[in-house]
Amino acid sequence: MADKSNRPQLIVDGKRLDGRGFNQLRPLKIEASVLKNADGSAYLEWGNNKVLAAVYGPKEAMPKHVQDPAKAIIKCKYSMAPFSSMGEHSRSGPNRRAIEISKVTREAFESVTMLHDYPASEIDIFIEILQSDGGTRAAGITAAAVAMASAGIHMKDLIYAVSFGKVGEDLILDLNMIEDNYSDCDMPTAVSPRNNDLVLLQMDGSLTREQLHNGLQMVLDAGKTISQIQKEALQRVYEGSENGNGV
Amino acid sequence: MEGFDVVKISYVKELLLKNAREDGRKMMGFRPIKLVTNVIDHAEGSAQVDLGATRVLAAVKLQVEETMEDTPNQGNLMVSSELLPLAHAEFESGPPSPESIELSRVVDRGIRAAETVDLPGLFIEEGKAWTVFIDLYVLNYNGNLFDASMMAAMAALASAKMPKYDSEKKEGIYTERTEPLKINRLAASTTFAKVDKTILLDPNIHEENAASARITIANDGNVVRAMQKGLGGSFSPKEIESLVDVSLSKYDELKRIIEQAAGK
Repeated sequence: MADKSNRPQLIVDGKRLDGRGFNQLRPLKIEASVLKNADGSAYLEWGNNKVLAAVYGPKEAMPKHVQDPAKAIIKCKYSMAPFSSMGEHSRSGPNRRAIEISKVTREAFESVTMLHDYPASEIDIFIEILQSDGGTRAAGITAAAVAMASAGIHMKDLIYAVSFGKVGEDLILDLNMIEDNYSDCDMPTAVSPRNNDLVLLQMDGSLTREQLHNGLQMVLDAGKTISQIQKEALQRVYEGSENGNGV
Repeated sequence: MEGFDVVKISYVKELLLKNAREDGRKMMGFRPIKLVTNVIDHAEGSAQVDLGATRVLAAVKLQVEETMEDTPNQGNLMVSSELLPLAHAEFESGPPSPESIELSRVVDRGIRAAETVDLPGLFIEEGKAWTVFIDLYVLNYNGNLFDASMMAAMAALASAKMPKYDSEKKEGIYTERTEPLKINRLAASTTFAKVDKTILLDPNIHEENAASARITIANDGNVVRAMQKGLGGSFSPKEIESLVDVSLSKYDELKRIIEQAAGK
């Protein structure tokens, strides 16, 4: 969180800087199966975020000592391109933030993937943030879920992710970069819509008991829209292949 | 995990069916907490906690550094953790593991979000401010490093003394430490594990091994300050809300332990 003393006014006349209402998502577009070599992939644009996700596997887990004879392991790499943010060129390679995001993303997918269907295997998830504008881990997970499904990996559910936060006492959904930098709270979540269980949850800032309750409700409501866009992206791939021009 | 650990997992699960834990605790009870401060004289603040058989040493060092470009009017905070190979048979030396990075970042966010350290107060002069380094040394791992580390960090901060500032050399005078480090408010961390359908507080190592999901909730007695879900399981919104209630209800007890250890 940046220094709040020079915080720009994030909410004017009940609207956010980009004109959105408090519980309004940024425009979200997903295209499934965009990469030829990957077993599954997706390209996502969410506001100014541009994200590519690819899945390789299931394949034999390597090196051999990481194999689990009973089930598959998931490897996940979230990475921000050095040119992805407004401002300076950043150093390439994983920093501590990226390592943590890779870990919690992997855990989110472990909770819905039917790992026991693939003994001794690994499933690799690669998330590349090509352009970032806040909420990239949520964008990455939402894209990776579509990539996992398009790879035909057995899953109990198609998870989605979105963050909510707080400016003053106002709860807002799907924070962009400037809101994220100056908000009083940021809470990225990933949800399994089948039962609304939280498969990823992080938060820092300040949040009362009631704000937490209301924020989670905002997430679940918006999730219906996100889920729908994910499913439509997958449907388009299969409709296309019937016409003989599929990927 | 060795064969013994696998046996312990089924033991933990069998006991939970009878609503019991291996050390006789209630589901929402902490292990015995022993917290002492000033264990490292050379550090500006330090504390060692024994949470059951989990032992973490936290040390605070203060150092004059250049201010950061994006925060020119305040000091900085750096939290690092070491899962030392001497703390557990499965900990190895080498670059920090994702687990170690997660631990230090969750503790960092708890301290930052609760504004425990008065960062603007650490500004010294144009271009110079104190940086607070918190090192978390895990000495013995027996489950729930999050709460142990947060407690040790809070006690180390609450007992830390500021070095004087040498305005000529632009560095700290470490032989002259009198003023206490200013603390705005203490945060308390509570970590829960879900084993099958049961949720319990402060999991020991066997309960952690048996858990499908874990959640850490840090609060300041009034509001939630930081949360982190871990492992490959999930929590329902209802479960999270009721755990927030438990977390808030534990604040006074944890705060008293930290203040007592820090001599406040």
